[in-house]
Amino acid sequence: MDIEILSRIQFAFTIGFHYLFPPLTIGVGLNLVIMSAFWLKTRNPIYHNMGRFWTKVFGLIFAIGVATGIVMEFQFGTNWATYSRFVGDVFGSPLAIEGIYAFFLESGFLAILLFGWDKVGPKLHFFATCMVALGAHFSAIWILVANSWMQTPAGFHLAKKVKIAADGTQYPLSADLPAGTFSIKEIPLPKDYILQQSDLDSIRAVITDFWDMVFSPSSMDRLIHTILACWLAGTFLVISISAYYLLKKRHIAFAKASMRIGLVVAAITTVLQFWSADSTARGVAENQPVKLAAIEGLADSTTEAPIAVIGTVSWERDAEGNVTGINENSVKIPALLSILVSGDFLHPSKAAGVEIKGLNDLPSDEFIKSRHPDATPEEIEKIRPEYWPNVPVVFQTYHIMIFCGVALFVIAWLGLFLWKTGRLWATDKKFTRLFLIVCVFSVFLPQLASQAGWFTAEMGRQPWIVYEILQTSEALSKAVKAEQVLFSLIMFTLIYILLFMVFAYTLNSKIKHGPSDDHSGNQLPEKWRSVAVLEKMRHDKSE
Amino acid sequence: MEFDLPTFWFILVGVLFTGYAMLDGFDLGVGALHLFTKKDEERRILINSIGPVWDGNEVWLVTGGGALFAAFPEVYATVFSGFYDAFMLLLFALIFRAVAIEFRSKHPGRIWRRGWDIGFASGSLLSSLLIGAAMGNVVWGIPLDENHEFTGNILTLLHPYALLLGITTVALFTMHGNIYLILKTEGELQEKLRRWVKITIPIFMILFLVVGLITPFTCPHVQRAFDQRPMILLLLFTLALLLAFNIPREIYKGRELVAFLSSCGTMLALMTLFGCSVYPFMVSSTPNLENSLTIYNGSSTEQTLRFMAIVALIGVPIVLTYTASVYYIFRGKVEITEESY
Repeated sequence: MDIEILSRIQFAFTIGFHYLFPPLTIGVGLNLVIMSAFWLKTRNPIYHNMGRFWTKVFGLIFAIGVATGIVMEFQFGTNWATYSRFVGDVFGSPLAIEGIYAFFLESGFLAILLFGWDKVGPKLHFFATCMVALGAHFSAIWILVANSWMQTPAGFHLAKKVKIAADGTQYPLSADLPAGTFSIKEIPLPKDYILQQSDLDSIRAVITDFWDMVFSPSSMDRLIHTILACWLAGTFLVISISAYYLLKKRHIAFAKASMRIGLVVAAITTVLQFWSADSTARGVAENQPVKLAAIEGLADSTTEAPIAVIGTVSWERDAEGNVTGINENSVKIPALLSILVSGDFLHPSKAAGVEIKGLNDLPSDEFIKSRHPDATPEEIEKIRPEYWPNVPVVFQTYHIMIFCGVALFVIAWLGLFLWKTGRLWATDKKFTRLFLIVCVFSVFLPQLASQAGWFTAEMGRQPWIVYEILQTSEALSKAVKAEQVLFSLIMFTLIYILLFMVFAYTLNSKIKHGPSDDHSGNQLPEKWRSVAVLEKMRHDKSE
Repeated sequence: MEFDLPTFWFILVGVLFTGYAMLDGFDLGVGALHLFTKKDEERRILINSIGPVWDGNEVWLVTGGGALFAAFPEVYATVFSGFYDAFMLLLFALIFRAVAIEFRSKHPGRIWRRGWDIGFASGSLLSSLLIGAAMGNVVWGIPLDENHEFTGNILTLLHPYALLLGITTVALFTMHGNIYLILKTEGELQEKLRRWVKITIPIFMILFLVVGLITPFTCPHVQRAFDQRPMILLLLFTLALLLAFNIPREIYKGRELVAFLSSCGTMLALMTLFGCSVYPFMVSSTPNLENSLTIYNGSSTEQTLRFMAIVALIGVPIVLTYTASVYYIFRGKVEITEESY
């Protein structure tokens, strides 16, 4: 295998594995804040027990998130050195900010959250809980800012380093001038400049406006969409474990209280997620039409474009095996894609008239011509598929995400309905048991949705690493050889499999062990007890 | 002297890595000493002495890496891709020691704990060795082509000088961790650690003196720096030496906290010495010096450096405040409670 595909697999594998954990810490962190707030307000020890139990789960997940996260910080340099050189001026800043403003916050206050129960009072502990959750969210913000810039680059221009001789003439960087007779300057290039492979030694992306980079066209949509997905991941972990206890008839009071919080958060979040998904998809339609056509498997440009519900897409190839188009076979809802993209739900018949470009017209002839100036119209048709992502895969990952999202919505609202009609706690009823079993396994759905969504976003961006600027194949480390990447990939695979097994085993034994069932509050250190409890104890003692 | 942004960032990246050495240094040192204790309870105390702080300490490395990426992308790209195998090993080592801390306590089985003990200790040792060796290579210089790409291989990096610096770093961190542990323990275990420090300090001192004598006479780039600014380098070296010799003195007097601070001071002096002997070079190219990366040809644009300087000047004091608060809250001897590892 060549180094490009190996490096891509390694990056996808290490980030995919890492990405199992941060969504959980973000989501569980949110639930922890809610639980601790309830404890502080009601002083009902059950919320304290919840806080303690979920903090332990949080700590375990966090540790693996940290251990696997360090890898990500360094992999841009190790495997994608050309990319790092090219974008460092723009892309390095969010990563550094993430370190200063998110990681320190998170890890500093985590110490108090995990080990500070007997060292600080309830209020400071609650503050630490909030700060840890905030840190986790900050981290998501900055990494998504960085990632969104790769999808929809903004706030920068390309600049070329040149040698300027004493008389003011410009020479390319590679020109052989006697030392001391020239200075090196970086000159901006026009907006429509097209990067050539040979330029990469002297051209880089240079920031023009930091806030334009932060608020690149896709960053807000993608940020909200991802954070909501993280909330779902953590919340469904809470729901899953609570459902497990309800089924086993253990820690009932604890499980009910956790379940209630989990269901409310999940119900609200799933609704928000639909709104966010719609907005995100419209952004993709505007900024990355190739990706939109790929995820819907749309071959020809059309008005009244349909939405594919379920189906398959395969490549159409010519006699030599080159891709010439796609074959799409799916169940569709007519015109819905046009309506969704227009966003004009009040006038559906007018909205259905919106034309959606298909892959056979994307990217546009002008785009291809600008990169292949000598190409004839026939050649342009042949070149076009080189600028498509892996459509059959992206189509499926996108639809897996949608299915998971819909399923989560149904589970959350059904659960809310069962709770409000008083049937959720009747664990002897067949339907309730069935629902709770579904809840136990529901924890996998947001994870699957996150992974599938991430694959859609990143594979849908290919062949670009920086959208329509730099190709992935040009971004590799020149000093690294394929064997080295193969070896590290094998090592990562072995270590991560081991890690995952140990993690599953440890989490399982934590769940089996369960929270404390002592709800009297007597086991709390004195400063944690509410005044009422303290007085009652004093009263009991005097009697 | 006018305000020079690349120099400012050279110092700031240096501060972050120095913070990492001072803080994660004792974590890694605790790991190096871990297998020398035999009882499970003692090992638990060792792990819990760093329990609340180890991941905060590791953030200094991550943030240092991020700052390097933002301020000196060329250096970040060259070093990390050039030292590919070494960095992958470092990552594996850091992963193992991190999860070992978390997993060890989750199950009482003998084999389980023994396995994670080995993971923790070997991960810590290997991390220290590789970090030191990487610095050794930067001081000595590595072969770069005209595009600042590394042209050597793993054998180039296994340079005797780099290995010597790696071993010295292990010795430094072990001593540092040993002193930290005396602060955090009591009773029999503390007595044991007091005996060990009589070994760990001299080992470091000898290695330190060897490195100090070898470097100016063999390292080509340090010789050049020595010609340029002999007084500063001599002064810093003397300072590091004095601070290092103060460590056994304070231990002898029973003032472990001062000894620990003195050990931190030694690291600060050594890192400053390191910075002054490479400045303005970040990665020297051997043999073609003209291909080297300096703080000027390896940096981001002035705009990024200026903006990020503001970001850092706001952020770093906040970070220091709550880092200090956490250390304050968890001051005193280790107690094993329900939440402990």
